[in-house]
Amino acid sequence: MLSFNFEKVRTEQDAIRAAAVGGRYIAGGTTLIDLMREEVERPEHLVDINALPMADIRADGFDLVIGALARMSDVAAHPETKRLEPLVAEALIEGASPQLRNMASTGGNLLQRVRCPYFRMLDAACNKRDPGSGCSAINGLNAGHAILGTSDHCVATHPSDVAVALVALEATMRVKGPDGERTFPVEELFRLPGNAPHLEHTLRPGELIVEIRVPGGPYARQARYLKVRDRASYEFALVSAAVALETAGGTIWQARVAVGGVGTRPWRMRAVEEALRDKPPGRNVFEAAAQLALEGARPLSHNHYKVELLPRTIVRALEMAGDVA
Amino acid sequence: MTTNVIGIPLTRVDGRAKVTGAARYAADFNQHAQLHAVIVGATTGLGRVTALDETSARAMPGVVEVISHLNAPRLPYGPHKSFIDPAVGERLHVLQDDQVRFYGQPVALVVADTLDHAERAANALRISYAAERPVVDTHDPAAQTVEPSGSGAHGDTLRGDADRALAEAPVKVDATYDMARENHNPMEPHAVVAAWDGNRLTLWSKSQFVVNEQAEIAAIFGLPAQNVQVICPFIGGAFGTSLRTWPHVTLAAMAARQVGRPVKLVLTRKQMFFTTGHRPRTLQRVAIGATRDGRITSIVHEGNGETSRYEQFTEALLSATSYMYSCPNVRTRYRLTPLDTGTPNHMRGPGEASGIFALESAIDELSYGLGLDPIELRRRNEPTMDEGADKPFSSRSLMQCYDAGAERFGWARRTPAPRSMRDGRLLVGMGVASATYPVFFGPASARVRLHADGTAAVEVAASDMGPGTYTSMTQVAAETLGIPVEQVRVSIGHSDFPPAPPHGGSMTMASVGSAVRAACLAARDEVTRRAVADQRSPVFGAALDGIEWIGGSLRRLGDSSPGQTYHDVVASSGQPVEVHASNQRDADAASRYSMHSFGAVFAEVAIDPDVGTIRVRRAVGTYGAGRIVNPRLASSQCTGGMIGGIGMALMEQTALDTRDGRPVNAHMADYLMPVNLDIGSLEAHFVDEDDPHVNVLGVKGLGEIALVGMAPAVANAIYHATGIRVRDLPIRIEDILTA
Repeated sequence: MLSFNFEKVRTEQDAIRAAAVGGRYIAGGTTLIDLMREEVERPEHLVDINALPMADIRADGFDLVIGALARMSDVAAHPETKRLEPLVAEALIEGASPQLRNMASTGGNLLQRVRCPYFRMLDAACNKRDPGSGCSAINGLNAGHAILGTSDHCVATHPSDVAVALVALEATMRVKGPDGERTFPVEELFRLPGNAPHLEHTLRPGELIVEIRVPGGPYARQARYLKVRDRASYEFALVSAAVALETAGGTIWQARVAVGGVGTRPWRMRAVEEALRDKPPGRNVFEAAAQLALEGARPLSHNHYKVELLPRTIVRALEMAGDVA
Repeated sequence: MTTNVIGIPLTRVDGRAKVTGAARYAADFNQHAQLHAVIVGATTGLGRVTALDETSARAMPGVVEVISHLNAPRLPYGPHKSFIDPAVGERLHVLQDDQVRFYGQPVALVVADTLDHAERAANALRISYAAERPVVDTHDPAAQTVEPSGSGAHGDTLRGDADRALAEAPVKVDATYDMARENHNPMEPHAVVAAWDGNRLTLWSKSQFVVNEQAEIAAIFGLPAQNVQVICPFIGGAFGTSLRTWPHVTLAAMAARQVGRPVKLVLTRKQMFFTTGHRPRTLQRVAIGATRDGRITSIVHEGNGETSRYEQFTEALLSATSYMYSCPNVRTRYRLTPLDTGTPNHMRGPGEASGIFALESAIDELSYGLGLDPIELRRRNEPTMDEGADKPFSSRSLMQCYDAGAERFGWARRTPAPRSMRDGRLLVGMGVASATYPVFFGPASARVRLHADGTAAVEVAASDMGPGTYTSMTQVAAETLGIPVEQVRVSIGHSDFPPAPPHGGSMTMASVGSAVRAACLAARDEVTRRAVADQRSPVFGAALDGIEWIGGSLRRLGDSSPGQTYHDVVASSGQPVEVHASNQRDADAASRYSMHSFGAVFAEVAIDPDVGTIRVRRAVGTYGAGRIVNPRLASSQCTGGMIGGIGMALMEQTALDTRDGRPVNAHMADYLMPVNLDIGSLEAHFVDEDDPHVNVLGVKGLGEIALVGMAPAVANAIYHATGIRVRDLPIRIEDILTA
């Protein structure tokens, strides 16, 4: 690990000031420290924000408000999370391992770096780590990589589970920066790789994630997260699906579907949602809708199975949410 | 009274030391003024180092030395091979030339005052290569297949005319199997602390074979063996990876001599995928012919294992095929594919675990072809003797294992047809497979010292990578001496102790246990001699064979008095008793009998038909492994091995990028092994088996067989659940979905 300066801040203002001149925020450190050990990340100045009062988890009407510093395990176990947004709790519990969940913050979870093995190896070409060096995964071992939103420069999947749930639930995030505060949908945090995969998110220099707001709604409580993987814990998703349904009188009034493990960012499936609207919940309807998830899918040499697995995962998650099986 | 402690479920005598941190592992032996070394591995898979710019690394804080082939001392590398080393080829000579033989091969070593400084400088080294394309995939068209040379043990075999019998068989299976390369991945990384005192070297080094590490390092450095001391009291899991002495031990010793200070070197998790061996990937073909009523008439088993270019690693891939079934026509053929990788080595259940996967998968497949229950098929072909070796078995309890296992597992509840069992939405399958492993025995000696305070010290250069050597040897000594286990202190893992065979091949209990028993009996004899010669002793003047030893005391035969305790004898003689003895077994019995352990392994899987997830919900392993010294530890050892088998079936695979030979999943998050949530109910049971031929203790060993048979049981259960036969391991969701 290379040397770095470490600064502990007590106020948001101090944090933003330090980050605006090149400091990197550190909260749980579960991504950053790991990558610093490999010298994949080489920050010169770390700004420890753990002392900031941003770890609250609370209900605001039907909304759930999660402080950016709230630990994954605390959010998952919180009664208000379970009451208002069980999908968030389920997605959190499916992520990482207990040790990581005890450390990792909600804000940091959204900003975690990709799990592509080539990104983590200094002697492999990676446009995300070293822009312009090339992508080792496209012609390499890419069974875990994305089929949606890829470019000729990067095919890495976004690794977060809870981000998939937050995108499905149309959560918003409040950030503060040198130029003040703004609020925008979590979905808009993530960039597609395009020809600049090293740019992963839309935060401006110095901006600090303060809190996440997950809107409550009739569908929030009929919602499930299904994560499919070869190992039962501590493995990233091959495919995951966060789905939420509002049904009444044998009809789906609205649906929310987002998927993980297949996209270069958490992937909202609006065409699938549209196809479900005003239909009766049931296997045939689910299967027909889930096929639309494959629009634009570009499988790589080793991940063709995701084309088969993606619609199946959505169907199964819809059945779980609809409780029809 | 004699305490019967062999056979009791004693808790680990070293358990407290382990959980309190008092147990010291190799990397715990920090030395005064020690430096830290970090290996720099090649970042190309084949070629040579053309330039190495160490200027900036040398200028970095704390850096003491940078060693590469440019400045490394030329080491003698004298000839040395033990039977755990490949018989053909020559070990890697580290930093002796500019050649890169495989990705990750050590090409430089950085020594610095702290680990951080060493790592930083290691990353700053600039190395240029003339790179060539390595061949790392057995299926690569450039890969060549060779016949292993000079390897009698694993050569081709033939009895009868297997191919003709196969062609004529009315019912047959003929299938190919591809099993992935695996890495051992124990919790404890390889670690060594090396310290020189003049021309004497001490190595605190993770090793399953300290006396061989002593001999190997002595040969490499051209030293007399007695100048090298290897110390390893505890091992945090190994599974075979610490049987051989790998280049990092040489590097630490080389560096320590170069800088004149002790040097510590601990491999990273990633480096444990480069130069410390792996279970070789195997390709196999099994063809079985049978009559319509289920008599096996032919078995053809061809296998291919990967090896390195510089050594021929062979393993017992096909050995079990010759004795598992009664069959007049059997042909086996073993080949190797040399690749640009490091040399493989033994990994738990070496050879047998892979060969039995293919054989037992094919037998299962045959059972469906015949419409026979898979256990019934095995029963119909159960041999009465080892037809391959043409010898009787010393004992074989396979059918008893099936009977007991089927009962425990609830095999009778199974409905035969594939895809016929469900639990709600889930497809349920039950599978079974046989397990086997040879009973090995290696020369071992032990030293026993009886003290006047009534305690006994046992010393032997054995190891304990987890099975409980400390505990089981304590039991053997306590029982033989007739004293409480609390009075026995066992010391192992030191090359100065009397030699033991490698802690592998399931031979520690048989070999070292027999040596400990022999030494304890010798100690009793010495006590008896002193007592009968001591005028103050109640047995003074008695004939040596007129004395009996009861519960740590001795008395005249037929006498009903409590007798004289041995520590009383030791105390009055004024000298501790110290004896040394070697293990022995009936050589005649060893040549007359075929000696193997057998087991029956049952697995139940549940498979989600929608998304293909596979879970092993239950497994029962039933073993006939001779006398069980400690049922608690035996059970723990077996369930651990079964978990390894589940990993083999469903998860473990070292994935190599064929462009440069790099393992891309050299990380515990990416190289999948089962976690707690993957493991349902596991049970290990032992059938009573009294085998008087194997050795004086009647033990067969358990470490290896515990992994054998699990993978085919899982694969067979998956077939039963789904009707999908997967012949390549690991079996993953994608195999279920795209079948």
